[in-house]
Amino acid sequence: MFRWEKLGRVFNPFDHNKAEWLKEFAQAPCVLEYDTFLRVYFSCRPGPDTCGQYVSYSAFVDLDKTDIFRITGIAEKPVLELGETGTFDEFGTYPISVIRDGDLIIAYYAGWTRCESVPFNVAIGRAVSHDGGITFIKSGAGPVISYDPDEPFVISGPKIRKYGGKFYLWYIAGRKWIIDNGRAEPVYRIRMASSDDGLKWKREHRDLIETRIEEEAQASPDVFFKNGKYHMFFCYRFGTGYRGHERGYRIGYAWSDDMYHWVRDDSKAGIDVSDKGWDSEMISYPHVYEGAGGIYLLYLGNGVGREGFGAARLIGNLK
Amino acid sequence: MKWKKLGKIFDPQEHKPFNGSAGFAQSPQTLVFDDFVRIYFSTREKDAESGKYCSHIAFADYDKQFKRILRMSDRQVIAPGNLGCFDEHGIFPMNVLRHKEKVFAWTCGWNRRVSVSVDTAIGFAVSIDGGLTFNRNGEGPVMASTLNEPFLVGDPFVNYFGGAFHMWYIFGQRWITKDHDRPAERVYKIAHAASEDGVTWERDGMPIIADRLGEDECQALPTVIFAGEKYHMYFCYRFSEGFRTIREKGYRLGYATSEDLVTWTRNDDKAGIDISDTGWDSDMQCYPHLFWCNDKAYLLYNGNEFGRYGFGIAVLESL
Repeated sequence: MFRWEKLGRVFNPFDHNKAEWLKEFAQAPCVLEYDTFLRVYFSCRPGPDTCGQYVSYSAFVDLDKTDIFRITGIAEKPVLELGETGTFDEFGTYPISVIRDGDLIIAYYAGWTRCESVPFNVAIGRAVSHDGGITFIKSGAGPVISYDPDEPFVISGPKIRKYGGKFYLWYIAGRKWIIDNGRAEPVYRIRMASSDDGLKWKREHRDLIETRIEEEAQASPDVFFKNGKYHMFFCYRFGTGYRGHERGYRIGYAWSDDMYHWVRDDSKAGIDVSDKGWDSEMISYPHVYEGAGGIYLLYLGNGVGREGFGAARLIGNLK
Repeated sequence: MKWKKLGKIFDPQEHKPFNGSAGFAQSPQTLVFDDFVRIYFSTREKDAESGKYCSHIAFADYDKQFKRILRMSDRQVIAPGNLGCFDEHGIFPMNVLRHKEKVFAWTCGWNRRVSVSVDTAIGFAVSIDGGLTFNRNGEGPVMASTLNEPFLVGDPFVNYFGGAFHMWYIFGQRWITKDHDRPAERVYKIAHAASEDGVTWERDGMPIIADRLGEDECQALPTVIFAGEKYHMYFCYRFSEGFRTIREKGYRLGYATSEDLVTWTRNDDKAGIDISDTGWDSDMQCYPHLFWCNDKAYLLYNGNEFGRYGFGIAVLESL
């Protein structure tokens, strides 16, 4: 058994007033370890435009390895540029997942475009850093994982891992759009793909995690290997009316011996919303990493990370 | 090549494809039967609310001299795409190929965007009733955007040569946004893909036809037949701007040959067909389709205004 002891909020963009592009939101944290610090990539937004629409950028904060509440650096500019007119990532790069591969630092990210009948579509891009993880150059103008017969839209939420010399990508794929009070809402499920070179991917083409609630949408499939097992923390919400406490995001848990077949058991997730405060309405976009003195979970609170992300420390063993 | 024009054989004003049609009979494509030829084409419906067009696939059956229409489809041969899918806003064109007991179809599906007018991708569908109706193999496309083909993957033409499926198609290279008061204009090129099953395709995202009008030349709808020990490709090409209204900038038919299906030599001067001095194909010629019927090679194509007034046919007199 295990549970997560909440440590509080680590980064709130409103505390920093850093730049217009980094004004609101710090979504989908992802840790990359350096010698003396932890770099946490996340996605952020400037204020909405005159139509109330956002674009999203990706950024990072550097945290002291021994005291993650001490911020030692913040990105000076977005780590990725938005795409050119008509490309898949013209209106956003969110979320981003970063991994070291030898001397390279590679990012997989979801690119956002805007559509007429539904508000957006998403596909997964790839980019490589040549400056130690400060900025990334896209591997092409298009996506590395786009739509296919079985995954027709909203290919998003990439989480890149490397096990046994092979790349694995957990991500989400849209199943359908629901019209709720005139607004199109996507339902998406967790999927995976594998690759030898990180460019050409073989998809599993099946939902990995069984659903629990009505029109469940699942996101942030964060996989962590420990004690001979693969552990997945993810988040899930109702298909509609999910912008508040009752039907909003919660963190779920599943485990696997082979990373392909998963047993869901949310009762073991070991974390829930707080009674009050910044994570009292919803918790989402979990990311697990091993750091100084233990295993930690970064996650988003209310408003899906509009006011930043926090951390929790593992109590017990991931078994 | 020497072609003899036989004139326009289909006029959507004269032969209303089905109720609600707003004219247009674009990109004719054939399925040859023992005693007739089925010509599929895209016709348009006008959305009452937005005033925008949506393309649907219909067909007309002809006698083998193309003098008489024997039958017309009274509905779309393939249902419209679902909300948020790649082909939600129409199919144009649809290419068909008989394969064993079935008829395979590759569709170019359209979906509307916000910053640019549209994106496209290629879908796959199968008919088991001799081409009367087609069912998709999934909600999503079989050929979507890739790293090097960032958008506007479309205009499929498939033929079966040497034990494999070969597809010629187009992909977008860039959207030109010189003048922000006007909509962006697209640039697309012809490429090639190969497949064993017609569903999973190998491609490298390289243009295969040399530009004649400079790097912003738009190349569309390739069609290929084998004749006289060579492969012959027709396609249409135009300037990237002014092509809708200025006669000199509109679509013309281009021509290229290959002996190995890999290297193509463009030689438009040998196309053996051009716009007429007057009449239905005097301003432009576009969307060519080559096929064999009773041991003769034929060329179907559209004329002025991208096929608003229907399609015509020419017969090959000499190679």
